[in-house]
Amino acid sequence: MSNIDKSAPETPEFYLREDYHPEGSAGLGFWLYLMSDCLIFAVLFATYAVVGRNYAAGPSPSDLFDLKLVAINTGTLLLSSITFGFAMLSMERDHRNGTLMWLAVTGVFGLVFLGIELYEFSHLIQEGAGPQRSAFLSAFFTLVGTHGLHVTFGTIWLVVLMTQVSQHGLVTENRRRLMCLSMFWHFLDVVWIGVFSVVYLMGIVG
Amino acid sequence: MTVKGLAHEDASATHHGHNNGHEAGHGSLRGYVIGFTLSVVLTAVPFWIVMGNLLDSKLMTVAAIMLFGTAQIVVHMIYFLHMNAKAEGGWMIMALIFTIIIVAIALVGSLWVMYHLNTNMMPMSPEQMKNMP
Repeated sequence: MSNIDKSAPETPEFYLREDYHPEGSAGLGFWLYLMSDCLIFAVLFATYAVVGRNYAAGPSPSDLFDLKLVAINTGTLLLSSITFGFAMLSMERDHRNGTLMWLAVTGVFGLVFLGIELYEFSHLIQEGAGPQRSAFLSAFFTLVGTHGLHVTFGTIWLVVLMTQVSQHGLVTENRRRLMCLSMFWHFLDVVWIGVFSVVYLMGIVG
Repeated sequence: MTVKGLAHEDASATHHGHNNGHEAGHGSLRGYVIGFTLSVVLTAVPFWIVMGNLLDSKLMTVAAIMLFGTAQIVVHMIYFLHMNAKAEGGWMIMALIFTIIIVAIALVGSLWVMYHLNTNMMPMSPEQMKNMP
């Protein structure tokens, strides 16, 4: 492909270059990855729905869950979603510092979410309600833990991108990466809606 | 792809520096604020229903949680993930619909089959256990 380009750069090309690659396909590709991730969560949700009532004579959701804590957690994740939105808006206006500032705020909310979740997990394990206690708790720790792991990696990715933006500015590559991370972040918020509805709220209702 | 189509794509690629990666749709401040407000309401109401024990019937409470959860997922898809029927030439919504179908089959199928397995499970004597195939 390249030798033809060099020999006649001005002539119109009436053929399809073999490695022709339309711009902006990263968004679709990343969306397909998110959909496959969605299948992972669907399997974990299905597992939880099937075995979520098998307490093995152990504690049930209404014994364990503190809805106030879950409400705070949900609030932090929601706030982090809109602050990431503000980061994307700053990016579209080419405000490098604004983007970095909003990304930092998003990261802080992400860390608060993870901190509360780890506190909840350690609290449960201390009470003897660890993942090995019953099928319900195994499924609970797997589902919520997988979501937490995603948030962890999202936060690491966020820090990496903040470094990239501060070093190289809002170049095309960084814009594309930020767009992918924003989709990832909002997707995790969508999964969390399922988690707090199915696991926590319905668990308390019984 | 037609020659015209290719030329058009090349032309749009030359000035991609400014609008690269926004095929998923432009977010606006208004959109994010509307999405956030709706999300807060759609989160607060089910929490309020459950924490305040507002509904007597368990079935009604579960139905309300499902309803608000689904509505909030739709709000997030539209206002935060900028989904629409035209994003990425319609392929995003196609992938989404496909995923929803697979997820529905996996969820409904698992619950259905496992429920029947549980209810049809016969109590087994040690003799029967020994003679199991």
